[in-house]
Amino acid sequence: MSLTLTQILLTLFLIFAISRVVLRFKDGEVSWLALLFWVTLFSLAIIAILLPQITSELAWILGVGRGADAVIYISIVLLFYLVFRLYVYLGDLRHDITELIKEIALKDLPKRHDKKTSKD
Amino acid sequence: MKLLIGIPAYNEELMIGNVIESLPKRIPDFEKVDILVVDDGSSDNTRKVAKDCKAIVLSHIINRGLGAALKTILAYAKINDYDILITFDADGQHNPKYIKRILESILDHKANIVIGSRWKDINDAPRSRIIVNQIANIITFLLFGVKTSDSQSGLRVLDKKSITNIKLFSDGMEVSSEFFKEIYRNKLIYKEVKIDAIYTKYSIAKGQQLTNAPSILLNLILRLLR
Repeated sequence: MSLTLTQILLTLFLIFAISRVVLRFKDGEVSWLALLFWVTLFSLAIIAILLPQITSELAWILGVGRGADAVIYISIVLLFYLVFRLYVYLGDLRHDITELIKEIALKDLPKRHDKKTSKD
Repeated sequence: MKLLIGIPAYNEELMIGNVIESLPKRIPDFEKVDILVVDDGSSDNTRKVAKDCKAIVLSHIINRGLGAALKTILAYAKINDYDILITFDADGQHNPKYIKRILESILDHKANIVIGSRWKDINDAPRSRIIVNQIANIITFLLFGVKTSDSQSGLRVLDKKSITNIKLFSDGMEVSSEFFKEIYRNKLIYKEVKIDAIYTKYSIAKGQQLTNAPSILLNLILRLLR
């Protein structure tokens, strides 16, 4: 099996990506579930790059013309989902920040002139 | 009974002083009327001006948006056990003379939450404002099932049940619509009182813009998808 330059570069990049995920997991920055998700995803991508005929079969099952098309469609759906997750995650972060700001603002209070609340 | 008038303010040094001065310091039936300004990370002198006017001032160390400021106001009202909370805009578009009228519906126990509607009758507000508000009202009805003539009004009066039960999530401008979600969720009795807004160049520049609408809508819809 002779590999094209594209196959080699993409594979190397994905191996690099997997190594990053594993390192993040070791640092405790990503969860078990995230590790599993990303390693599976990148491994599948490597398999698809090294054995492109698999994608053709997948394309046939999905009723799409070519293997490359199937890969692109699946990638786009996946990307949309990940962007959505990211959006929700950012929303949660913003919400948490606001909670903090609120608590800090309310903490200011006892120093102030409000007589009733500062006594107790 | 204790009344709190809560004013969310972001860079309002020009108007906040006048607004605080114009508010009633004593209202029959209430032994205590407090004015709270939540300075939402202003970069100007909003905080100082409000303090000089003898308002209680809470400061957000960074700007978090209208919804965030209202959350802090609600939390303060809850912690300090106020019976009635009025939210009031800092840009001077609300006329304080309506406070009494709008309080009456609450004091008669006819409603848990009353909103001062600028649109109960068609008036001569800027056209872009009317369009923005109509769109917002329709969306509010579709998403939250409460009919209102002014979903974006900043003049609200909440009784104790509302103060305790309303939980806000949004940080930004979409919080105004979220009140209606909470009205529906908590089965609060909702009333509107007609008010005339004072539209100045200043308050128009400060308020809801047509260009805000898409992002508010997006945020409201994404909230449903979560």
